[in-house]
Amino acid sequence: MTAPSTVNAAARAGDGPRRTARRPRTRTRARRASTWAVRAPLLPALVFVIAVTQLPFLATLVLSLFDWNSFHPGSRRFTGLANYATVLGDSTVREAVVTTTLLTASVVAAALVLGLALALLLDRRFPGRALVRTMLITPFLLVPVAAALLWKHLLLNPEYGLLNGVLAWASRLFGDGGAPQPDWVSAAPLIAVGAALVWQWTPFMMLIVLAGLRSRPYEATEAARLDGASEAQIFRYLTLPHLRRYLELGALLGSIHIVQNFDAVFTITSGSLGTANLPYTIYQIFYQAHEYGQASAAGVLAVLGSLVIASVALRVVSSLLRGEASRG
Amino acid sequence: MTAVAAQPARSHGRHRRMFLGLLAWLAGIVFFLPVAWMILTALHSETDAAANPPAVTAPLGLDGYRSFFGAGGGPSPWPSLINSTTVAVTSTALVLLLALPAAYALSVRPVRGWRDALFFFLSTKMMPVVAGLLPVYVFAGKTGLLDNVWLLVVLHTSMNLPVAVWMTQSFLADVPASIVEAARVDGARLPTVLARVLAPVIAPGLAATALICCILSWNELLFARVLTSVTAQTAPVFLTGFVTGEGLFLAQLCAASVVISLPVLAAGLAAQDKLVQGLSLGAVK
Repeated sequence: MTAPSTVNAAARAGDGPRRTARRPRTRTRARRASTWAVRAPLLPALVFVIAVTQLPFLATLVLSLFDWNSFHPGSRRFTGLANYATVLGDSTVREAVVTTTLLTASVVAAALVLGLALALLLDRRFPGRALVRTMLITPFLLVPVAAALLWKHLLLNPEYGLLNGVLAWASRLFGDGGAPQPDWVSAAPLIAVGAALVWQWTPFMMLIVLAGLRSRPYEATEAARLDGASEAQIFRYLTLPHLRRYLELGALLGSIHIVQNFDAVFTITSGSLGTANLPYTIYQIFYQAHEYGQASAAGVLAVLGSLVIASVALRVVSSLLRGEASRG
Repeated sequence: MTAVAAQPARSHGRHRRMFLGLLAWLAGIVFFLPVAWMILTALHSETDAAANPPAVTAPLGLDGYRSFFGAGGGPSPWPSLINSTTVAVTSTALVLLLALPAAYALSVRPVRGWRDALFFFLSTKMMPVVAGLLPVYVFAGKTGLLDNVWLLVVLHTSMNLPVAVWMTQSFLADVPASIVEAARVDGARLPTVLARVLAPVIAPGLAATALICCILSWNELLFARVLTSVTAQTAPVFLTGFVTGEGLFLAQLCAASVVISLPVLAAGLAAQDKLVQGLSLGAVK
């Protein structure tokens, strides 16, 4: 029984040197070819994204080291980090950073809380639920510019806006007709921009939380209910912990979009009255002041800032993906 | 005994349910009210639209829509609507063409480090758009590509490609391996496998991806505002330039907003179920 196997082993050993001399090369070549065959489908998309998103950013990095105002094209010269000093010393840029943080944090928080409440309301069965859901999603499906215009002119305008119109109508009905008719956008500009954004983003948060509620383990809730847990306890100890990752995801996706918001600021206040956020300020530095070097430096700083948000966001998304994978 | 005790509890539960249902309806109406007001105002005359207190019961007509489409001698919205359609449709077609093979290499037959590649795509969505805009603007100015729809097509493609790669990847990951294996045993080449086998299987997902990419492209303002002016102007840019005219414009503005938002509303409601999945880049199913 052992003999044949020894013979085989000997034969293999005898074969050995010649094979090891030839095989690796063909094998690596074959493997390399097959690796590229696997990679090939990915490459067009990868190259395209790198060319269109990463190369411009490298160019921004280079431009940020030059003193360049397009009104004086002859005076373009290398200035090292001077643009960064200018930008960091510029009070409009610093105010823009504060405005961006304030606007993003408050809009995301408000939209998330409202979205959670609406999702909980929609999670139970009632007549006309599908219609109410559609009505709630509609604001999110308006073109952002149209939504901003709607708030600025149709709702908040001091003379013919709906809000003041209703105030006047109510005071004529119940009082002396002398209702206050404030100019909402100038009285509370950041709140006006924020309100329009909260109105548009609450449905998005609601949809994410609803997806979270749908994936809630039914058995655990039922068991807790049978054990006599109250609705409040079930929400606090079962639903909310389950929703945590979805709330985090909603907060991060909302932040990514609202940090970059341009449409609402541009439309409602044109960045005046202390509402200019970072994207709008950078747009202004290069599109109106034509200070290309400074705009680039501000852009680089904005990217550095967003890297912080991005690294947290990527971690949350990847933990969510692993959760989905382990459940599926 | 128990039946009697259960009675008040049940009716208490029913009142609570009714109250919460009414609350949901109230919330829905509050959120929808501005949109309803916009639709109504679009049908009013300019004088009624600017009335204070609001003229809710004013007669309805289509003058707002007529003057939006240029009946009053204003600029016609058609060129900008056509530009927006061209950019949205072309960029979405390009996105799908690039995203489907990429998603295949990230899920069905994954390359080494596929997770890193996937997260690289995602990270480009987190970079502030405005940071890369200046070099593009300078480059376009030098090469005569300013005010050209094809430049917008390229930029919108890169803007939406990460979204589409993530969505398509999450759809492909759900396709049973046996389907792909069967196709490969037949000796079909990759383009054939993608077009004849995988695309039909994930067709609903691809449709949702396409709709979401179209919406994002149609809505985009910053690129369009900076890189186009007259000939390549898109619908959102047209809308921002609309208010500068003097006099009453409210009904016309509402008509414009309704017309320009209508395609997005239709696409969004059609893709409703996949909307979250798309906008969370496939992280939520």
